[in-house]
Amino acid sequence: MSIQDDIKAAIAKALQDIPCVIGWGAGPEPLRATPLFMRNAADVENFTAGFLAVNNPALYLPSCKGVKTALVVKGCDARSVGQLVAENLVKRDELYLIGYPCSGVIDVDKVAARLEGKCEPGEVTRLREENEDVILDTPGGEVRLAKKDIAADKCARCRYPNAESADVFIGEKRAPVVDQDEYADLADFEKLSLEERKAFWEKELSRCIRCYACRNACPLCVCRDHCVASSREPHWLTQADGVRDKLFFQLIHATHLAGRCTGCGECERACPVGIPVLTLKRAFSRQVEDMFGYMAGIDVNTTPPLLTFRLEEPEIKEREW
Amino acid sequence: MSVLNTKELRIIGFLCNWCSYGGADTAGVGRFTQPTDLRVVRVPCSGRINPLFILKSLLGGADGVLVSGCHPRDCHYAEGNFYARRRLELLKGFLPVLGIDPRRFEYTWVSASEGQRWQHVVEAFTAQIHGLGPARGWPEAPELEILNAVAR
Ligand code: SF4
Ligand code: SF4
Repeated sequence: MSIQDDIKAAIAKALQDIPCVIGWGAGPEPLRATPLFMRNAADVENFTAGFLAVNNPALYLPSCKGVKTALVVKGCDARSVGQLVAENLVKRDELYLIGYPCSGVIDVDKVAARLEGKCEPGEVTRLREENEDVILDTPGGEVRLAKKDIAADKCARCRYPNAESADVFIGEKRAPVVDQDEYADLADFEKLSLEERKAFWEKELSRCIRCYACRNACPLCVCRDHCVASSREPHWLTQADGVRDKLFFQLIHATHLAGRCTGCGECERACPVGIPVLTLKRAFSRQVEDMFGYMAGIDVNTTPPLLTFRLEEPEIKEREW
Repeated sequence: MSVLNTKELRIIGFLCNWCSYGGADTAGVGRFTQPTDLRVVRVPCSGRINPLFILKSLLGGADGVLVSGCHPRDCHYAEGNFYARRRLELLKGFLPVLGIDPRRFEYTWVSASEGQRWQHVVEAFTAQIHGLGPARGWPEAPELEILNAVAR
């Protein structure tokens, strides 16, 4: 039996006493799976895990509060769940987690880049996986791509591929891709001067249409309909469509996620105009790791660093005046 | 030339009611001269200061932002400044990612009796901001820029 079948069996078993299991099913086009809410055996037939299982199912947990819910989780999804539990936003005993070893997920934008304008990702008619490659049927013939070339950036720095907190784990645990996130992407970005960084954000954010998809895709943005970005009192954001308000919206998201963001990358993936918004969040995560030794979503028993303090902060070097 | 006779810059100060605002008052009562670039906003506690206050000020055209609260262990609400310290430290480290010079933002602690210290903080911070010069603004919405141009 393949891992896929083993997971299906675990889902079917979970459905005996849990009303809904959230996972992934075939999506609107061959390159995309879609979140799947499974309630009966027929639904389970549509389940798919693996390279296309991109969405983070933890997103739905806050709205499932009070109802026992099961999730199929990748390593990064499990971190999101862990952070929700650590912040008491969901109850661990209302959850049932089915884990499996994740070996990376697709980034459709990278596929688009590899297709080099010969066709759109939406024109791909079939995707087959063959070991470390995928083979795409396109109008112009077959295209073979290495998975590692089209996997999400986060997968190349994955420290927790195995959903350590799962109630049941299907398959054999994989070794972490890296032991330490070196934040090489940030270091690259920081080669720019301050002026250049400002110009970078001005340029990138000028594309923002303030659709708020980045917020809506974030499993830890739990305020949902009560987001301060939509409030008139206080009126943090105007309706003006300048870079200033667009950037300020990102700063709301980034500051509200400081010490909470697990780096799942859903915000950046959801952005329809490809703004690298995860960079802002990772800037906070790196500091939180350095300063407080905290990584969001790993240990549900550690209080997140901004919800607590120490009388003496050895890592905070206050400036003399 | 001292900072007192250069052109004023826009510096926003967020001061807690119980210590630093009192300290500023003490400095005033003691007639300690200070540069006048600082605009003070009084808040109940440094723990009340949402880091977004600072970001909004900086994006909105402030050349510098100063936060001052009670010394650690002296908070009127016992622990507000401990939370503030963590948030403000993270914020300061974050500013360079936006291309904002982190020296445009400082936080410190001044008690109600420290009028002289307040004078020193304001002088030092104002000099620091003048050293950096006016901040480069962030573009407004295109339609607002047109309206502003017309209004001028
Ligand atoms: S801010 Fe982005 S990367 Fe962080 S938890 Fe939210 S969606 Fe994931
Ligand atoms: S998803 Fe992208 S375009 Fe939409 S609000 Fe977020 S950054 Fe802007």
